[in-house]
Amino acid sequence: MGSTNSTLLKIPNVEVLMQETGFSPAHIIRLHDRFKALDKEGRGYLCPQDFGAIKELAMNPIGDRIIGAFFSPGKETVDFHAFVKILAHFRPVDKDRPKEPNSPEPINSRSNKLKFAFQLYDQDKDGKISRDELLKVLRAMLGMQVTEEQLESIADRTIQEADLDRDDAISFEEFRKSLEKVNIDHKMSIRFLR
Amino acid sequence: MEGAWDIAFVLFQVWMSIVAGLIVLPAMFGVSLGFTDIYIKVLIKTLEWATLRIQRGQKEQPALPSQSANGIIEKHDGSMEEEIGELRRSHPKNLAGGDFTLCDAFYFCKKGIENIVEDQVTQRFTSEELASWNLLTRTNNNFRYISVRLTIMWGLGVFIRYCILLPLRITLASIGLSWLVIGTTLVGLLPNSNAKNWLSDLVHITCYRICARGLSARIRYHNKENRPKKGGICVANHTSPIDIVILANDGCYAMVGQVHGGLMGVIQRSMVRSCPHVWFERSEMKDRHAVAKRLKDHIADKTKLPILIFPEGTCINNTSVMMFKKGSFEIGGTIYPVAIKYDPQFGDAFWNSAKYNMVSYILRMMTSWAIVCNVWYLPPMTRQDGEDAVHFANRVKSAIAQQGGLIDLSWDGGLKREKVKESFKEEQQKMYSSMIVGSDFHEIPSHIIYELDDLKV
Repeated sequence: MGSTNSTLLKIPNVEVLMQETGFSPAHIIRLHDRFKALDKEGRGYLCPQDFGAIKELAMNPIGDRIIGAFFSPGKETVDFHAFVKILAHFRPVDKDRPKEPNSPEPINSRSNKLKFAFQLYDQDKDGKISRDELLKVLRAMLGMQVTEEQLESIADRTIQEADLDRDDAISFEEFRKSLEKVNIDHKMSIRFLR
Repeated sequence: MEGAWDIAFVLFQVWMSIVAGLIVLPAMFGVSLGFTDIYIKVLIKTLEWATLRIQRGQKEQPALPSQSANGIIEKHDGSMEEEIGELRRSHPKNLAGGDFTLCDAFYFCKKGIENIVEDQVTQRFTSEELASWNLLTRTNNNFRYISVRLTIMWGLGVFIRYCILLPLRITLASIGLSWLVIGTTLVGLLPNSNAKNWLSDLVHITCYRICARGLSARIRYHNKENRPKKGGICVANHTSPIDIVILANDGCYAMVGQVHGGLMGVIQRSMVRSCPHVWFERSEMKDRHAVAKRLKDHIADKTKLPILIFPEGTCINNTSVMMFKKGSFEIGGTIYPVAIKYDPQFGDAFWNSAKYNMVSYILRMMTSWAIVCNVWYLPPMTRQDGEDAVHFANRVKSAIAQQGGLIDLSWDGGLKREKVKESFKEEQQKMYSSMIVGSDFHEIPSHIIYELDDLKV
């Protein structure tokens, strides 16, 4: 009973954080513990190497891109607030949330989850997945297991299917349309047990 | 003033005689007066009451899975194929050009984020969280103020643990340790004989029994017929330094370890006077052959006590068993595996050496309710012909994990400090690519894949 409140008090602006992200106090505490565990030198922020120390993430073919998603362009560090905000994308969608007309879209909405996935592909953040960018992702996921030709044919086929305005790139709208039947809430959400 | 000192002195004498009469002496003779059992029964009733109050107090009842032993997030253990297959089910399938869809990345993305929140290796180095609260604030993240009565119970618990139990336990621990040092030194003065060995065993066991009372330990030993014999190696999973006390309560072992300075050094030096233990200098530890030779010599001598080794090399949080280092399994001889499982309800025995140093750890131990654990002696195992040390180590590890109800992991405990090999990433890429283009089709040009894919339907 005592330790819960004292940990929360140590985090600056924790009320705002809970409101923006929708995490409960217990979740915030767990994430804070996790943040501290990753921040081995206790500097109060994380850098890419700290993420790289997670073994299973190092094994993940697109691990680098996922790590990159935590850092805003040009920044080399991420603090606890930014850390939690990114993870908030993966909260399950709140089904019984009242729709207020002026409130901003919650971070974990279906659309925002898709945006998060989109930016994993669209590394130069120009709003489109170009053929080159698609090739890069495919190469990352498949490694040396396929030839260049196979990669190119896969990329061509994917763009052909999804690219509706024929500009040889996949915009966010086209991305969203192509995946409209996928159960995003289930596949891009992480449920806390407690 | 004098009156006050006299009273204090009398109280002290009374205190010491109570301790000696009711705890130390029975401990030395291996007799239990049943206090611990009654204490634990009362404790269980109280904790059940507390849990009920909390459940009544919580308005929403989230459905907790019963074995939420250590995860904080729900993980689906489907294979890569299952998960990506599910992702694609909604997507219209087009066989030409290989089997890739934009949503495949979701699988890797979600896995990556899951691992950022919680990964298998780091998870084993944090304490197990309890589904219900055991009135120790250190184990609650979720429980907030529920009712006045519960707070009073908690406060009472704090008082009992810190003001009554803690001084008692410190007294017992100091008695136990000083007895060990004095007793072994005295026995060391005797010439080598059977009597000396018998006395040395007696001294060791009584000391460990006193220390066990000092932790309010209730230990249950199973399958005592498999107890390690002389000339063998006893191998167990490692959770904390207290493991030694737990095991040594029921048998005598030769300890293996580094020479320390300070109080530990004093204890080590006196222990070695009464019976041979294997203490290594820091420099010797680096030379694997020298280490192996000394251990081999020890077990070759059938009059010496079985060696106690913890092959994980580091403390794990008692929910799983991590990779066993093969060094102990190359020496030969008979291995006696032992599984130790603590009941976290009464006190968390895991030593998180990154978070707590030895002193604060011992303090936490002594202010827990009790240490309750089960020890299973497993049948002896030997290396089979043609079996290499790594395979043998894994066999022993599986046996221990299965008996103790722990998860058998192949991650190396030392991984908390090292990097992961590239080959792991390649494994993931291979698995994924076999879904895209099929594992046999790497050299085949793309146009042929179209035709073969049509045939696959």
